[in-house]
Amino acid sequence: MARASRDPGREFVPPVVKVRIRYAKRGRLRFSSHRDFQRAFERAVRRANVPMAYSAGFRPHPKISYANAAPTGVASEAEYIEIGLSDHRDIETLRADLDAAMPPGLDIVDAVLATEGDLVGRLEASVWQIELPEVTELEARSAGEKLLAADEVEVERMMKSGLRKFDARAAIRSFDVRSNPADSVTCAILTVVVAHGTPSVRPDDVLAALRQVADLVPPVPPRVTRLAQGRLAADARTVSDPLTPDRVAEANPMS
Amino acid sequence: MSLDSRVRGETVFPDLERLLPFVSKPVQYVGGELNATVKQWDDVAVRWVLMYPDAYEVGLPNQGVQILYEVINERDDALAERTYSVWPDLEALMREHQVSQFTVDAHRAVGDFDVFGISFSTELGYTNMLTALDLAGIPLHTDQRDDSHPIVIAGGHAAFNPEAVSRFIDAAVLGDGEEAAMDITDAIAKWKSEGSPGGRAELLSRLAEIQGVYVPSFYDVDYLPDGRIHRVVPNRPEAPWRVAKRTVMDLDEWPYPKAPLVPLAETVHERSSVEIFRGCTRGCRFCQAGMITRPVRERSIDTVGKIIANGLAATGFDEVGLLSLSSADHSEIGEMAKQLADRYEGTNTSLSLPSTRVDAFNITLANELTRNGRRSGLTFAPEGGSERIRRVINKTVSKEDLIRTVSAAYGAGWRQVKLYFMCGLPTETDEDVLEIADLAREVIRAGREASGRRDIRCTVSIGGFVPKPHTPFQWAAQLGWEETDARLDRLRQTIRNDREVGKAIGFRYHDGRPGIVEGLLSRGDRRTGAIIEQVWRDGARFDGWSEHFSFEGWMAAAEIALADEPIDVDWYTTRERDESEVLAWDHLDSGLDRDWLWADWQDALNETEVDDCRWEPCFDCGVCDVMGTEIQVGPTGRSLLPLTVVDSPIPASGTEAAPSGN
Repeated sequence: MARASRDPGREFVPPVVKVRIRYAKRGRLRFSSHRDFQRAFERAVRRANVPMAYSAGFRPHPKISYANAAPTGVASEAEYIEIGLSDHRDIETLRADLDAAMPPGLDIVDAVLATEGDLVGRLEASVWQIELPEVTELEARSAGEKLLAADEVEVERMMKSGLRKFDARAAIRSFDVRSNPADSVTCAILTVVVAHGTPSVRPDDVLAALRQVADLVPPVPPRVTRLAQGRLAADARTVSDPLTPDRVAEANPMS
Repeated sequence: MSLDSRVRGETVFPDLERLLPFVSKPVQYVGGELNATVKQWDDVAVRWVLMYPDAYEVGLPNQGVQILYEVINERDDALAERTYSVWPDLEALMREHQVSQFTVDAHRAVGDFDVFGISFSTELGYTNMLTALDLAGIPLHTDQRDDSHPIVIAGGHAAFNPEAVSRFIDAAVLGDGEEAAMDITDAIAKWKSEGSPGGRAELLSRLAEIQGVYVPSFYDVDYLPDGRIHRVVPNRPEAPWRVAKRTVMDLDEWPYPKAPLVPLAETVHERSSVEIFRGCTRGCRFCQAGMITRPVRERSIDTVGKIIANGLAATGFDEVGLLSLSSADHSEIGEMAKQLADRYEGTNTSLSLPSTRVDAFNITLANELTRNGRRSGLTFAPEGGSERIRRVINKTVSKEDLIRTVSAAYGAGWRQVKLYFMCGLPTETDEDVLEIADLAREVIRAGREASGRRDIRCTVSIGGFVPKPHTPFQWAAQLGWEETDARLDRLRQTIRNDREVGKAIGFRYHDGRPGIVEGLLSRGDRRTGAIIEQVWRDGARFDGWSEHFSFEGWMAAAEIALADEPIDVDWYTTRERDESEVLAWDHLDSGLDRDWLWADWQDALNETEVDDCRWEPCFDCGVCDVMGTEIQVGPTGRSLLPLTVVDSPIPASGTEAAPSGN
């Protein structure tokens, strides 16, 4: 009993071009989950009349690849997706249309035509900003020093497979602390560069590690923002923009 | 942080935000939906907060709330925001940190608004209303509120007998809300512009003069020694003896929702919906919706087309629902389905019709609407297992018709048919219910023959019947939950023991106990309010959710609340009423003539059917005479094309709005 194609109207539409997109998750919409973003984005491509390529299969899906989504509750300035188009479009117009079709707070901030190479491979590390209200710069600094001094800090996290223990220390490549002198309220601001890996070390794990090595327990929920993702710089304090290779290739098509 | 130091209309989000990392699915509390409206607090005279008293995932798609939200926000002198029930995890944190019940639009405190409108499609939302009032700092009892508190107004189908919540609501709106909400807004704006003379009491008496607005405190109820109601009388000259419902007569004048809300959080219905008509005159005797929304008023085919085109362009949804109480009955449904299927062919947009009538025409329609899509499941609602009981409930379909219809469905490629039934209907015996098993067996046999395959399925879904006010069954005895469960169990055994087809038949049922609480509340009176308050104080929340519902909790609360009354839960539920008894909702006028309802109840007992007045002469249910309304059905002969898109926030072009023939 072969299932003949009962779906003549929905055919496989192969991608003609691929577009890489950076989006931000800001303000109260940081509480949206990755699935929430997916649904919102799939609707936005329909509202903005983006000529999407569709997957083959019984229930075709628009071709969208997601990479390394930030956890629910964490804001981000640097989330990445790649979409397949069935037709050419002006990239900046496409970005602006998509941004207009998304709810404010889920903002489409950058888009480039994909060239050679794998986008996910360029996302080696994340720069996280962790704001700790009611924690002094000094407390945070001393906790960070203890963390960096340790060889290994084992933390626990509930995963699909159950409670898992893993080392959070090795992935932490740099740890800087500052506070905003203009701010009247006490708030330490951490900038932590964390390499991606499996299991991925998330901001929660960094905070758990700080609790473990220095008993640092934030009295108020921290506000976390992913500032950037990309290839790790030599000083391990910054990352490079992962869309730059595509932009360079487009500007110099012959090179 | 504290409620008193805030300026009215100021956001509570900073306080709420600190709690969100600790609750499940925080996205449901942050708002930010596409097409949501946030207005400046000081720019308007009248501020509404609208609530669907259930979790966001259930409440957000509610059409009634979305329509009122839009029509109020379109006014320059008014704003509307929305609030939904918070889950117990957040409720506990809000109490601990003194965060008020908030709107999801601008996160304003619910207590700051002028009007708090709550839409009840089911009575099981009553306890959630109390949570919201309490978290908003609004006294639960109307007589303890002052001029600083919002006017609390109930709407929705349950408002046709709001007596059980009469101590908690300042007013109820009976019937369609669009025009009533406008009149209420006008009245409040005028009263405020005059300097709010006479305070809350004066405002309520002005509201009581609006058609469809019922102010419970303007009526006194007294009782006979045996507990029955003696009489209900107005205690103010402005309160009418009977409050008549509102009916919107021209649905084309109210083409809402124009821009449906698109949530970030996952909700139960993710689609653009259009009501293709209101009202139903099929006359199913159990159906409160069909009785209280008469007469039938169709929306024209071209307005339907416009609403769908605008809705899809404004949302990006890929599914359209054609809603009504019996969508296949629209006089132009065939043309509508065909033209919509043409227009959206090849766009990955699916069309759905809640198809519940059992006839071959429905299959044609369903096939049309799924021209390009999947044919997974079709739903029919014969409601009664035997032809005899179907005559009692006036849902007339013969066994032969049913088998013929489902055969056609399986033959057309549908793999699964869902059949809806009720248990506990008046005059029902075990045999009536056991006939469902025979029916399901014949459905499978016929389906295997028609499709030539053995992997087809039939799901029997069955729940307990709850008698509702303003129906011919308002006098009927509800079946006790023990009997309901026993009958359902016998049916389940019979299906399971059928070796030939048992595995092809799915059986879904709801146990009888929630139905008893629903029955208690829907035919409740003012004394029932004490039970609701007691059970809520004991912790009842989210009674529509089986994991939260506690039957024992409700029965214990009833025991306490009714201790000094000559009545109990059985008195409200399993007791049959006689013709002369004053019913708690007799002073609320759905337009149906009480004598007609009684005669129809007698016809039910005699197994006599009644026709549909759309195709047969009027049978004097009373609605059109009393309400000055009339049936409005087509065909108009108009067409969906050409397409004109209006008020679309993003220019619609390309696939979705393309006319057919491209």
